[in-house]
Amino acid sequence: MIYQEKAKILDREGIRRSLKRIAHEIVERNKGVDNIVLVGIRKRGVPLAYRLQKYLREIEGKEIPVGSLDITLYRDDLNLRLEQPKVGKTEINFSIDGKDVILVDDVLYTGRTVRSALDALVDLGRPKTVQLAVLIDRGHRELPIRADYVGKNVPTSRKELIEVRLEETDGIDEVVITEWKEE
Amino acid sequence: MVWKYKDFLCIEGLTKEEIELIIETAISMKEILNRTIKKVPTLRGRTICTLFYEPSTRTRSSFELAAKYLSADTISISVSVSSVQKGESLLDTVKTLEAMGIDALIVRHNSSGVPYFLAKNLTCSVINAGDGMHEHPTQALLDVFTVFEKKKRLDNLKIAIIGDVMHSRVARSNIYAWKILGSEVKICGPSTLIPPGIEDLGVEINYDIDKVLEDADIIYILRLQLERQKKGLFPSLREYHFLFGITPERLKKAKPDVLVMHPGPMNRGVEISSEVADSIYSVINEQVRNGVVVRMALLYLLLGGGRIDETSYS
Repeated sequence: MIYQEKAKILDREGIRRSLKRIAHEIVERNKGVDNIVLVGIRKRGVPLAYRLQKYLREIEGKEIPVGSLDITLYRDDLNLRLEQPKVGKTEINFSIDGKDVILVDDVLYTGRTVRSALDALVDLGRPKTVQLAVLIDRGHRELPIRADYVGKNVPTSRKELIEVRLEETDGIDEVVITEWKEE
Repeated sequence: MVWKYKDFLCIEGLTKEEIELIIETAISMKEILNRTIKKVPTLRGRTICTLFYEPSTRTRSSFELAAKYLSADTISISVSVSSVQKGESLLDTVKTLEAMGIDALIVRHNSSGVPYFLAKNLTCSVINAGDGMHEHPTQALLDVFTVFEKKKRLDNLKIAIIGDVMHSRVARSNIYAWKILGSEVKICGPSTLIPPGIEDLGVEINYDIDKVLEDADIIYILRLQLERQKKGLFPSLREYHFLFGITPERLKKAKPDVLVMHPGPMNRGVEISSEVADSIYSVINEQVRNGVVVRMALLYLLLGGGRIDETSYS
């Protein structure tokens, strides 16, 4: 069994356009950015949050705080996994009390990561609202969770895998869909 | 790199990568200690028991707080008011606790080797919180973590360990840790308190305290273990302070960025003067804070899921 690349869903330009549109939607929905903070979920949500910060600066001319959230300690599957996940660092150097928090992640799938992230956020303060922005929504939710901002909806089968690769973490900007194949 | 052992018994036998994994995990844990709400749900439903056959304030409370910050339940057995007083054996005591469903036992005992014996006989995790004159491995971890925060590296450092090396399990755990990490260790103290054969651990013995202090990046002052000194190994506390006590005058010759460390509890005016203990070089309070942090990291690595391949590494 090997992973075989099936199709490229987004290229560099595609990712840029999607994020720019999300930035515009954030401004529109919140009537500005004065109360907004961005929190990226480790690990690929963090560079995406920084990119949104850059586009929001271009649109509104304001600097929005960005933090990173590690959800390892909040996972619901720690006892089920064969390999223990490494704990990453949460760095949110601002108060989230009364803020409109935009949670940012690369792929929305079962919804369990977002569930953990919501628990983690609540431990750090009491935001006014929490909104979810994802680059890809691939369906198959196991929990009642939905995204407020979606770069691209991609209908997938459970056998498929969505790989988001970013310049900052992987040296290239692309989103590909891969599948388990018999050798 | 993942943690693969059931127990945490000693520093000796660990690899550099394993120590680094604990330190990296501790870096992430530190952020939790700085929050208003110091609690994460990671070890919900796990139970941790502390069993101390020797007095302790910092190690025991540090372990208990670490467990509580990770949402584990804790119980603590005081030997002086337990069935041990009715003559129950050590093994029967711990088997009883295990039968009640504890997931980890944190043990301190005045005999070296007790944690090994328990680890072999129990299916729950065993953590050594100090055994006799052997090791106090979590103390070495918090010392290493404190140095890493300040110096941003762990190799090629010069560590001077000063004082009662003979009775000190802290010294032994620190020596093992710094040798594994690739740093240099010098020990200095009254010759009656330097155990024969300690050179075999790869340390240099030097009786010239001023020379030792001059080169050191870290001055690690050991507690003079007054409760274990019965045989007149040195003439008087006053003389000890005069010859080996760390004072502001002695510290003048040290490097400007030297760190002064002490595992506590301190005998102020004996091995360390009050001025030094409260000086800008001293990281003694950070050591205590980091004790909670590394113990959280360790509890996560031992109890936070994932498959355990080997029961013990020694």
